[in-house]
Amino acid sequence: MKVVVMIKQVPDTNEVRLDKRTGTLIREGVPSIINPEDKNALEEALKLKEKTGGSVVVVSMGPPQAEDALREALAMGADEAILLTDRAFAGADTWATATTLGHALKKIGDFDLVLAGRQAIDGDTAQVGPQLAEYLKIPQVTYVRELVVDDGKVKATRALEDGYEEIEAELPALLTITKEANVPRYPHAAAIMTAYREQEVALWSAEDINADPESVGLKGSPTQVKRSFTPPPKEPGQVIKSAPSEAAKDVVAILRQKNII
Amino acid sequence: MDFTFSKEHQLLRRMIREFAEKEVAPLAEDIDRDERVPFETLRKAAKLGLMGIPFPQKYGGAGAGEIGYCILMEELNKICGSTATIIGAHTGIGAMAIYLDGTEEQKQKYLVPLARGEKIAAFALTEANAGSDAAAIQTRAVREGDHFILNGSKLWITNGDIADVISVLAVTDPALGARGGVTAFIVEKEFPGFKVGHKEEKMGIRGSSTAELFFEDCRVPAENVLGMFGGGFLTFMKTLDVGRISLGAGCLGASDKALEMCMEFAKSRYQFGAPIAAKQAIQWMIADMAIEIEALRSLIYRTAWMLDSGQTGREFSNMAAMCKVFGSEVACRAADVAVQIHGGMGYMKKYPVERMYRDARITRIFEGTNEIQREIIARNLFRKVGLRLR
Repeated sequence: MKVVVMIKQVPDTNEVRLDKRTGTLIREGVPSIINPEDKNALEEALKLKEKTGGSVVVVSMGPPQAEDALREALAMGADEAILLTDRAFAGADTWATATTLGHALKKIGDFDLVLAGRQAIDGDTAQVGPQLAEYLKIPQVTYVRELVVDDGKVKATRALEDGYEEIEAELPALLTITKEANVPRYPHAAAIMTAYREQEVALWSAEDINADPESVGLKGSPTQVKRSFTPPPKEPGQVIKSAPSEAAKDVVAILRQKNII
Repeated sequence: MDFTFSKEHQLLRRMIREFAEKEVAPLAEDIDRDERVPFETLRKAAKLGLMGIPFPQKYGGAGAGEIGYCILMEELNKICGSTATIIGAHTGIGAMAIYLDGTEEQKQKYLVPLARGEKIAAFALTEANAGSDAAAIQTRAVREGDHFILNGSKLWITNGDIADVISVLAVTDPALGARGGVTAFIVEKEFPGFKVGHKEEKMGIRGSSTAELFFEDCRVPAENVLGMFGGGFLTFMKTLDVGRISLGAGCLGASDKALEMCMEFAKSRYQFGAPIAAKQAIQWMIADMAIEIEALRSLIYRTAWMLDSGQTGREFSNMAAMCKVFGSEVACRAADVAVQIHGGMGYMKKYPVERMYRDARITRIFEGTNEIQREIIARNLFRKVGLRLR
């Protein structure tokens, strides 16, 4: 069985501080890590491989330094690593990212299962997984905390706010994995050395994946992030303590004053 | 000159740091109080290849070299001196002796399971009458057919009571003394006549065990001679040389952690309406600590790099001795200043500072006292300018 795991290299937002002046994140000097829920996805893939054999391929789209995230994935036990890196991919929103990843998956071809983290800690959109499944026209199950593969199907437990769903899907399918699914393994010390010194990370460009340059990167992005900022804290509300009939008059007066009514 | 660590060493450090914070830290206080060896931690460490970091992968190690091993000692000592000491005695000197001077058969038979953490190693040199004067050891090894019969005892051996494989130094020819009369042996705990004695109660590193070993007509097969027959002193001194770098690395980690704790405390402890970090006295203590730590860091990793790039020899031996002296003294100073900066909190058992203070003290004593190290350094320096001292 071939499982492809999509991972993203992100800044460790635990270490990130806010520039109080601009309200944006200070990324300088912040270590880069594998997006935590992508690690959970990789761990699920490695568990599957231990149970049923097969191979685990990790794919990432990013600048050259994202190679380190893939090396870490190799050290954890992935068999193959592919970095989609090209200036043409830069500035991509989630749609263009999913398109790019989709091209890569089409090139890989014979996968049985695609796993990804539910969402990235820097973008927090949770969109790429579902968009990728749509692009590939395969079934998707999101927010998965447990999965079992059996007889060409995957049975997934979906964690929702108010309960769980048990969903069954035919393979190939795409699942997004939540942090409750598992505790990712540490890479073995020898595997860390081998991942850097002996294993290969394939570098694929836009040309390698036959991507139309208008469909990827900034050019392929229907949306553009203008600004990321933390909204100012909400002011405390106003408490009106008078008796109900009086209070109602006061509230109406305030609403009128604010031109709400 | 490129002073950056390789990417693989950076990832290794990150993995070890996470392991230390998540798996080692929760036990640190308990194992110190209860004088308990954390076997569960050693098992987890073995599964991740942390018990054989410097050894080549063909011997079951991680292939991360001396630099990788120093990273391990540095990161572990930030969290728990006891755990680091157990692994240090196992990898850094016990197994290291076999790696440096073992035959291929001995490496396959002993080094591989040790590197994998399937077995634990110890290094048995010290005796009641032979500490700094290592050449004065009295444990005797007499040949009898295809065995050697060992008689004597060893004192204060780290991992002595938990080790499966012990590198032991014994006298094979009293007339020749250290030069040609002393031989190293690989002893398995199952060999008849090997006995573990008393476990010592210590001031610090209390989660590691330190024991007496007895050899009562202990039968050791002749093929377990380690290194050259009669050349045991050289084997053991060579091993200690390498061990000294990583001991210094451990001191670096402990000092760095002490500095981190001091800064956190100085930032948040308010007296006289301001954090105590605003006081010059505190600032100078912090600055002096930081200066020493940076100097130590450069010394340690440069020496580790020398070893990894094959530059062994007298120059290297001197650098290793400096790593040990400087490292241990920086760590002890840092621990002392940390207690002072933390004030009353620094003296209370509910806070980790006092444990760091107790753990640091041994570093100026074991693996060759700092007095002996200074003698070695001076003798080596004078030898370079033509004066042979003895």
